[in-house]
Amino acid sequence: MANPKSAYSVSTKKEKSDTHIIVVWVDNEAGVLARVVGLFSGRGYNIESLAVAEVDAKKNISRITIVTTGTPQVIDQIKLQLKKLVPVHKVADFKRNDKSVIFKEMALFKVVGNTNKIKKAINACKKYNAVILDKTKKSNVIQITALRREIDKMAKDLKKFGLVSISRTGAVAMTRGNKVFN
Amino acid sequence: MSKLYSGAEIVFKCLEDQGVEFIFGYPGGAVLPIYDELKNHSSIKHILVRHEQGAGHAAEGYARSSGKPGVVLVTSGPGATNVVTALTDAYMDSVPLVCISGQVPTHLIGTDAFQECDTTGITRPCTKHNWLVKDIKDLSKTLHEAFRVATTGRPGPVLIDIPKDIQFAKINYSKPKIEKKLNGKKSNQFSQLEINELINLMNKSKKPIIYSGGGVINSGPGASEALRELVELTGFPITSTLQGLGAYPGDDNQFLGMLGMHGTYEANNAMHDCDLLINIGARFDDRITGKIDEFSPKSKKVHIDIDPSSINKIIKVDLALVGDVKEVINGINKTLKKKNIDLKKSNKEKISKWWEQIQKWRTKNSLHFKNSDTTIKPQHAVQRLYELTKNKDTFITTEVGQHQMWAAQHYKFNKPNRWMTSGGLGTMGYGLPAAVGVQIAHPKKLVIDIAGEASVLMTMQEMSTAVQYNLPIKIFILNNQYMGMVRQWQELLHEKNYSESYSEALPDFVKLAEAYGCKGIKADKPSELDEKINEMVQYDGPVIFDCHVDPNENCFPMIPSGKPHNQMILGPSEKDENKITGKGKALV
Repeated sequence: MANPKSAYSVSTKKEKSDTHIIVVWVDNEAGVLARVVGLFSGRGYNIESLAVAEVDAKKNISRITIVTTGTPQVIDQIKLQLKKLVPVHKVADFKRNDKSVIFKEMALFKVVGNTNKIKKAINACKKYNAVILDKTKKSNVIQITALRREIDKMAKDLKKFGLVSISRTGAVAMTRGNKVFN
Repeated sequence: MSKLYSGAEIVFKCLEDQGVEFIFGYPGGAVLPIYDELKNHSSIKHILVRHEQGAGHAAEGYARSSGKPGVVLVTSGPGATNVVTALTDAYMDSVPLVCISGQVPTHLIGTDAFQECDTTGITRPCTKHNWLVKDIKDLSKTLHEAFRVATTGRPGPVLIDIPKDIQFAKINYSKPKIEKKLNGKKSNQFSQLEINELINLMNKSKKPIIYSGGGVINSGPGASEALRELVELTGFPITSTLQGLGAYPGDDNQFLGMLGMHGTYEANNAMHDCDLLINIGARFDDRITGKIDEFSPKSKKVHIDIDPSSINKIIKVDLALVGDVKEVINGINKTLKKKNIDLKKSNKEKISKWWEQIQKWRTKNSLHFKNSDTTIKPQHAVQRLYELTKNKDTFITTEVGQHQMWAAQHYKFNKPNRWMTSGGLGTMGYGLPAAVGVQIAHPKKLVIDIAGEASVLMTMQEMSTAVQYNLPIKIFILNNQYMGMVRQWQELLHEKNYSESYSEALPDFVKLAEAYGCKGIKADKPSELDEKINEMVQYDGPVIFDCHVDPNENCFPMIPSGKPHNQMILGPSEKDENKITGKGKALV
């Protein structure tokens, strides 16, 4: 659309979208996740993955980690809108390719097949901190922690070794070094 | 051991501590304990509406005209869902509302009980914040927090859902000290450096313009005074959004009129050609900007707003001052005076050419319309209404549509808080209940709802409220038998296919007025207009004025779909050359 004939704001300047990890510290109270998620869906922002749990039982603080994509303007809006929510304490934002931040996701793979296949599956998982959580003659449940694209790749690669079920988490993030986000 | 109070009593204790004088509401099963308690609190008066949407809009009218938060009390289920439109309206236009809704008892929540609905779920996207109080211990704290959230920062609606068992439960009450839990949500984040930078930009500018909005009204009367001083100190031209009307005197020479889709030619052209645009408390709404890519292409843009998320949301700005408008403008004025910069004098030469240009645009007389001796032109009706009521400190509310734009164009406001209209959400049916709320806040003042016949029928039942409380509101209907703005768009965009925009079976408004127990007046000749308007104004009681106007009149000037500010249609003769084509048609 070179010339959008619009009274509404349709911008022709297409900015590049980037993947960002947004970390939100919130009061752990009823409905708080719905507020955060509702803000994303209501304003048309996209959620690639989500991880949330209480991190401070005393202060009742939960930490929500959201992976999203957007232009710099959209990411700014997301942060500013999040900061307006009453139960939100602080918001941090990292680019996915930020070297100073660790991102990790966890996945559970159930592999069913003969011992040979299972062995191959375990081998393939080795470089991603593989842990065998359950073991029978015909099956194995393998846990790995890795980056999203690595897990994507493993999910594809393990098919030939009898992968029957995958369960995975959203990404969690933490800065490297002694720096703490304030 | 201190005295134990029921939840219902605590609700009123909190309202009393907050200085609430009026509640707009409608009873029902799940709020009966609160209604039962009403009789024991003489300082709080309850206004019984006829529909919960009316309660919401009345509270909005009350809040906008008085600067105090409006309080709404409704029951669970349908009571709560009916108020959703008003909450959304208040959210869009930043009006502080505190809505208390009843809920089924806590042990029945989630069982699809009678008149149960997920009220906090439904109202989450249309409130600043909401609470479901599940423990009597949280009630007083929550209520006070609700008032704080509604009235601080960028104001807005909040809702507290109180289950019936909590209203009965007992606990002791002490006025809680609200701990300031700001969570980093400080309103004033601007610095002196930013003010200095703004003044630097002002000094350099040859074609400046100030564009002010509803934020100035929300910031209180002091903000309007500060704005007037700023305009006086700088000598800059000023234009205003729909919501900002009244912050600066509408009849002043430095005021260019409203801007935007139905704004004046001079205001829109000045926005387009300026080299410095100072946005004070407005939000670059799409009705204002027109085509984004060609919005004010040559200007440095400055944005003053209390809400950080308004900055760079739609238009990227060069300088942002986040803070309460009043504080920011006062800061600017102080610096201007301290540094002894008399911009008006020093800049006189620089911006005199700009003023010459503006005068040239003014000669287009873009609000002009062809008057008639035989039919009442709606613009003429508004002009006469203005002339006959301008010395009375009149409060105007409107519905939504053509009449709203004509009111904004032809009624001039000299004070803030005198103009109540649904801008962001565009809620037909807003004006009548809003007038009820305004009259409650200002019992001695003249309150007029400039209405359209289609809009006003959406909340007509509130006439009954007006009659019950002897509220002498005047409903001035510009009756053109069409949903006028819909018809106008169909004429411009859909080859005059007036699909469902004609009102086939309108009531006789005079008889309708009489049925409600108020006065009905009808006018259909220009010659009788003045006399009948005077009759309306002088009548001590609610009036429905059925003003039959030209059904084919369109609202001009207009920025058509897909066009920038400098390509306005000025009148019916021009509209063929400036036809809306292609994709512009798909957009409203």
